[in-house]
Amino acid sequence: MTRLDPEPPEAALAASAPNLLALREVSKSFGPAGRGGTIALRDATLSCRAGEILGLVGPDGAGKTTLVRLAAGLLAPTRGSIVVLGLDSVKDAAEVRGRIGYMPQRFGLYEDLTVRENLRLYADLQGVPPSTRAEREPRLLRMAGLGRFQDRLAGRLSGGMKQKLGLACALVKAPELLLLDEPTVGVDPVSRRELWQIIAELVERDDIGVLLSTSYLDEAERCHRIEVMLRGEIVASGSPASFRERLAQHVFETRPRSQREARRLQAHLLDRDGIADATIRSGRVRLVVPGSGAADVGRAIEGFDTSSAVATSPRFEDAFMCLVSERLAPPPRIDTDAAEPLGTEVVPSRGPESRAGEPRASDATERAAKVRVKGVVKRFGDFVAVRNITFEVGPGEIFGLLGPNGAGKTTMFRMMCGLLPVTSGTIDIAGHDLRRSPSRARARIGYMAQRFSLYGTLGVEENLRFFGRAYGLRGRVLEARLERALASYELLPRRDTPAGELPLGYKQRLAMAAALLHEPEILFLDEPTSGVDPLARREFWRRIGAVAESGVTVVVTTHFMEEAEYCDRMIVMAQGAMMAAGTPEDIRERARSPENPDPSIEDAFIALAESAARESGLRAQRSEADA
Amino acid sequence: MILDRLHRVLALVLKEFLTILKDPKSRFVVIGPPIIQFFVFGYAATFDVTSVRYAVLDESRTPESRALLARFESSASFDLVATLDTDEQIARSIDAQAVRLVLHVGPTYAENLHAGRPAVVQAILDGRNSNVASIALGYVQAIVQQHSASLGVGSPIEVDPGLSIDLVDRAWYNPNLTSRWYIVSALGGTISMVVVMLLTSLSIAREREQGTFDQLLVSPLTPLEILVGKATPAVVFGLADAALLSAGAVLWFEVPLLGSLAALLLGLFVFVIAVTGVGLFISSLSGTMQQGLLGSFMYIMPSVILSGFTTPLENMPRWLQVLTFVNPLRYVVELLRRVFLEAASLQDVAGLIFPMLAIAAVTLALAAFFFRWRTT
Repeated sequence: MTRLDPEPPEAALAASAPNLLALREVSKSFGPAGRGGTIALRDATLSCRAGEILGLVGPDGAGKTTLVRLAAGLLAPTRGSIVVLGLDSVKDAAEVRGRIGYMPQRFGLYEDLTVRENLRLYADLQGVPPSTRAEREPRLLRMAGLGRFQDRLAGRLSGGMKQKLGLACALVKAPELLLLDEPTVGVDPVSRRELWQIIAELVERDDIGVLLSTSYLDEAERCHRIEVMLRGEIVASGSPASFRERLAQHVFETRPRSQREARRLQAHLLDRDGIADATIRSGRVRLVVPGSGAADVGRAIEGFDTSSAVATSPRFEDAFMCLVSERLAPPPRIDTDAAEPLGTEVVPSRGPESRAGEPRASDATERAAKVRVKGVVKRFGDFVAVRNITFEVGPGEIFGLLGPNGAGKTTMFRMMCGLLPVTSGTIDIAGHDLRRSPSRARARIGYMAQRFSLYGTLGVEENLRFFGRAYGLRGRVLEARLERALASYELLPRRDTPAGELPLGYKQRLAMAAALLHEPEILFLDEPTSGVDPLARREFWRRIGAVAESGVTVVVTTHFMEEAEYCDRMIVMAQGAMMAAGTPEDIRERARSPENPDPSIEDAFIALAESAARESGLRAQRSEADA
Repeated sequence: MILDRLHRVLALVLKEFLTILKDPKSRFVVIGPPIIQFFVFGYAATFDVTSVRYAVLDESRTPESRALLARFESSASFDLVATLDTDEQIARSIDAQAVRLVLHVGPTYAENLHAGRPAVVQAILDGRNSNVASIALGYVQAIVQQHSASLGVGSPIEVDPGLSIDLVDRAWYNPNLTSRWYIVSALGGTISMVVVMLLTSLSIAREREQGTFDQLLVSPLTPLEILVGKATPAVVFGLADAALLSAGAVLWFEVPLLGSLAALLLGLFVFVIAVTGVGLFISSLSGTMQQGLLGSFMYIMPSVILSGFTTPLENMPRWLQVLTFVNPLRYVVELLRRVFLEAASLQDVAGLIFPMLAIAAVTLALAAFFFRWRTT
């Protein structure tokens, strides 16, 4: 285990605070001991003090949930001891549970009860005395921003609001220690910021301890201390600053000429030895070189149309990726050549001159727009979900649809795939009117849903075969494509495994293979990386980059703002209207101010969402005043 | 173009078969319950009354009274469970449902018989189950009548000694009035309906719940193609079950199959398509499997009752009878009975097949329409 010293001053200060949680060499295995069983956690030692947020960070399957459940007294350790609030987590499990707050990944809200009824029910279940309740309930509702929605059914809240209500329910008995298992999964950035504000307020005012697991690396920066978990082991721990300090002078940035060049450079760097991570942030390619310095970086970016690399301040994410590349097998090489033939029948592959040239969006659309959305409106009864939206997507573009939950982006997306009829306006897909020749238009698109949505009982190959045939493939063509897809998505050893039993990462590969088997001109992706850990997300985006490089147009919705960086162009929606459209650069420009000279897409997004909320608030006030 | 369509539909049909056969639960639904239900209905659902539990209060205690009671004891229809000593015991044993019938022979029975006066035997029945009571009473009357006749003219033990018209009955189509024939001949329709409803009502709802239906809707498959792909396995399994159960009726329960086999199979085929239409329609309205299942049960119960499967349609009020016209089971139950027992030909039952075709056309069209409509 890597101890990262020196401890930052705030952690040293906290050392005097009482220890709320202590794990000593805790292991947990499931199933029969030895062979056949799985070891979910190995020799974990950690402690959490009052007034501290301790983060558990790691990819899926790292053992985060097991650790949180052990601390909650819901599982007994196979070896080692767990002391919670001075009590043994196994012997005094009942008392431990009475004094801690625990929020599992999916909090069990009663969807047919209102917000207030849910809160009261949990207060009853926890035996909270009425005097405490009267003081606590309004405060929790205010903190969660649910004061106005007290009488709304929990089932009709947005994902972010549900999560805040779950947190309020876990807090109703004023716990001394709060255990949160991935509280922000599937929550949009605005709601995530609010959840973190609640947690920070609690720690500061009530001096409680918080143990929180997350796979969002940007959230880890907000913890006081971090335990990095990989494959059931704690591999490093320390404050975010201590992680960052280790990488000073090992993180560089370079600004490529264009978005497409940035993606190519990134793919090139990820395949090079000695580079732990390469990402696109604010239009620049960030690269992490743990074992070398500026000279090697200069060689690595040679031959690309990009500015010279400059050292930049490291982030926790960079350190995390270094740990991952040290400890885990390298991610599969994504062979652009394997993906190339997928597009060749549709779009001739680009020559070198067009690659080097600036593929401006306007030029692209002028050539032949793959998607044309003109004046689209969608009404559900009185409610206007999408207000008069117009845009075009050019061939080979990666196009993003962004917006918070409830902004109308899912509705817009479903209309583009032909899953929802438009109220007015037109949508052309690859030159076919979606309303007049739906079957023909649909034959040209590939679709990947947010949830895994292939047939779980059917095998990998059976699923692919079905979708291939449904799109009209047969005979030798079908067999050849099947073999190629199985090979390039590394599904060959699992070709007969029922799709439902695949590990998450493989499910996603299969879904992508199925969506691309018929070589669509346009690929639609609905929140493809929701609930997927950072490693799988990186792999996924590399595949998307390769697909786009082969000429396929990609339309994607996401609420991970850093993923917006991979898009060539995007529109940002809020309250059903288009707030902004353009390249990532154009969008970032919106939030540039003297205080924030280098805003991220997320900053821009939150600024846009807030101004939209203000406007609609004003509209509501005006209409109330009129009435 | 047509070839492309066929190819796509075939892909979907293959996939549907695979999903049904690969899932142990669906596999069981297709094979297990039909066979269990077939035997349960075949053996348990009968209107024939046998082994009626009865008690005897014999206050005469003479050879004459014992001769009469011996006839009951030797009858397969009756089962002597108690011999009573006092009047009060009668009420008690009937209340406790220990017996359904008490035969009460009065103290003057033998005297009256010898004096040539009408000798009265009292039969007290438990009327709570009116059907059993009236059938048992019929049996009692028949036995007493036989006994009376055996004693020779002049010694009547009859409630109505002046009976002079002799009724000779003969039941056509089912000479022994075996109610098992009546039930079992219609089982192929009833049970296959349950199977088809379960398969279809879940098929779209399951895909909606698991998100795969969107995946189908974005593919080039048209609603019509999805409909055909979804309907085919249900029709195949439903028809196989119905044919299997019809064969079982003949081979196991020895119900005669007198009519045309073509009429039987065509009738069942059209019926299964109609039920598939109803099931897919319910499924296309359901967002979850739970809704689909609830919907199919809400349909199955009334449709069995309004089919004439157990109780005659003619006894129902007029407005309910009108309702039965849209129930495919009503037509197939009648069709099956007529083909099995009446030796009906295809022409005889054509009038029953056309309404089912009409129901199939309407429900299938609605299902295809609602595939997309429900997608929000």
